[in-house]
Amino acid sequence: MFDNFFFSYQTLIFAVGINGLLALSMYTVLAVGQLSLGQAAFMGIGAYVSTLLTLDANWPFAAVLLAAMVVPALAALLIGGPTLKLTGVYLALATIALGEILRIFCNASDLTGGALGLSGIPNKTSFGLIFGILAVALVGFVLVARSRLGRAMEAMREDEVAAGVMGVNLPVMKMGALMVSAMLAGLAGALNAHANSFIGPNDYGFDQAVTILSFALLGGIGSPFGPVLGAIILTVLPELLTALHDFKLVVNGFIIVIAVLFMPRGLLIWRIGRVG
Amino acid sequence: MFAQILQQLPQQLLNGLVLGSTYALFALGFTLMFGVLGVINLTYGFYFTTGAFLALYGTKLLALPIWLALPAAAIVTGGIAVLFDAALLTPLRRKKAPELASLMVTLGATLLLYSLMTATFGTEIRRLPPAVISHAAIIVGSVRMNWSQILIMGTTVAIVAALLALIRGTRFGLSMRALAENGEAAQLMGVNTDAVVRLVSLISGALGATAGVLIGLNFNAIQPYMGESMMLKGFAVIIIGGLGNIKGALIAGLVIGVLEVLTAGFLSSNYKDAVGFILLVTTLWFRPVGLFGRAPIKRA
Repeated sequence: MFDNFFFSYQTLIFAVGINGLLALSMYTVLAVGQLSLGQAAFMGIGAYVSTLLTLDANWPFAAVLLAAMVVPALAALLIGGPTLKLTGVYLALATIALGEILRIFCNASDLTGGALGLSGIPNKTSFGLIFGILAVALVGFVLVARSRLGRAMEAMREDEVAAGVMGVNLPVMKMGALMVSAMLAGLAGALNAHANSFIGPNDYGFDQAVTILSFALLGGIGSPFGPVLGAIILTVLPELLTALHDFKLVVNGFIIVIAVLFMPRGLLIWRIGRVG
Repeated sequence: MFAQILQQLPQQLLNGLVLGSTYALFALGFTLMFGVLGVINLTYGFYFTTGAFLALYGTKLLALPIWLALPAAAIVTGGIAVLFDAALLTPLRRKKAPELASLMVTLGATLLLYSLMTATFGTEIRRLPPAVISHAAIIVGSVRMNWSQILIMGTTVAIVAALLALIRGTRFGLSMRALAENGEAAQLMGVNTDAVVRLVSLISGALGATAGVLIGLNFNAIQPYMGESMMLKGFAVIIIGGLGNIKGALIAGLVIGVLEVLTAGFLSSNYKDAVGFILLVTTLWFRPVGLFGRAPIKRA
């Protein structure tokens, strides 16, 4: 019975786990008061790097996943370096540029299969792997939120200048958050590529970036559980409302508008208590 | 080889200037909105689409001539921009919400509006009636151009001049600059900030719509997502030119347009669209306030 259910809904269940990871990657940046619209691009970099290493270089899967985290983190370093010193909008705009550059080059290059993308990726993921990684990431975030580091992050989100005056190292914190978020997104991209057997250059565009943002906004960024809840709702809801097909994105957009105007703190407003 | 490049160069440069004018024209209202209201308003791309669609139905269903359809579309879209600002951004302004909240709310609205528009109109490309503008080519030396290209370049120059005159030479421009500098102080000095916000939204919306109509006319392809791809270029233009800088937007637009055409002509058309974004990232590394921007002063 369970096997049967699992078989029919495997794609959806995997998508919930992968989107949960993406939501956490968005949370990492929002938690220090920054906005990145490059999560989809980081995901795309992870997807392409992992696919090429699997198909062309035959690397073992663990090494592939590691590379899918390191390469997006380097891209984050390149984009974050100049922009994190400026006000928040610059990071948002620079990460949009990163996404567009990636899309244009993947569409044009032979290495990445051009507009057709890459197919025939072997399935190397499992329920245990995806949700294991999600669980480890969640536990990690809860531990961070309960620590001194988590307090510093919350202080930055509430008032950056005050946090800086209190001795929080703003540039290091922002860059660290952006790099961790790029790693998580890259990992999610690699898992997604190895669960769906196909990737294309237009899967990681602006729409995908906005979708990832809406996970975190709907759930709320008070705790790491909020974004994951948002991802579950926004992944499962369209499946339940298949009749709405054309209006799926309308609903997503509506949720973001309402969330910001009326529930600026999201669905889960509960925050994690801390020790020490 | 070299002689051939030299022979094609004048035409390529002209094409680049026309393309660059369209980028500049689009970016003017966008950068004005940012400069005065301090918000990256992502719904701006939607005004571009709206303008083009209004002109399309104006010329098709009401048989308006283009010189009437263009201003009508601009004014109606300006009104829509005022309404959106009142519904989405004014509540946040009242609550003194952070910059990112405004960016996010317009992001959500953009997604909603585009997908609603796609669900209603579909994604097929629509065309203006061919009779709206003469398609005769004008040939000067080895260079050929048409009326819609002249219209685009002329309008861009005229609008830049008008905007600079408005901002620097009128009482309203003074209120705009005061609001851009410090909203609260402006209000205390007796500036009706709500009225300035409405008027700036009206002008920006109208500029976005004008760009949509003219570009729809030149490329003769109108579809709901035309605003979104333009928007991505618009980001590059306003950052390279310096956020909120009218003159910067004009020059950055022209530079990107010319470089794109040269890339397509002499390298590969596949990489044409990457030019603006690579310039953007380079600008952020070496001169983050843009070519003509002033460094923002951050106060606690």
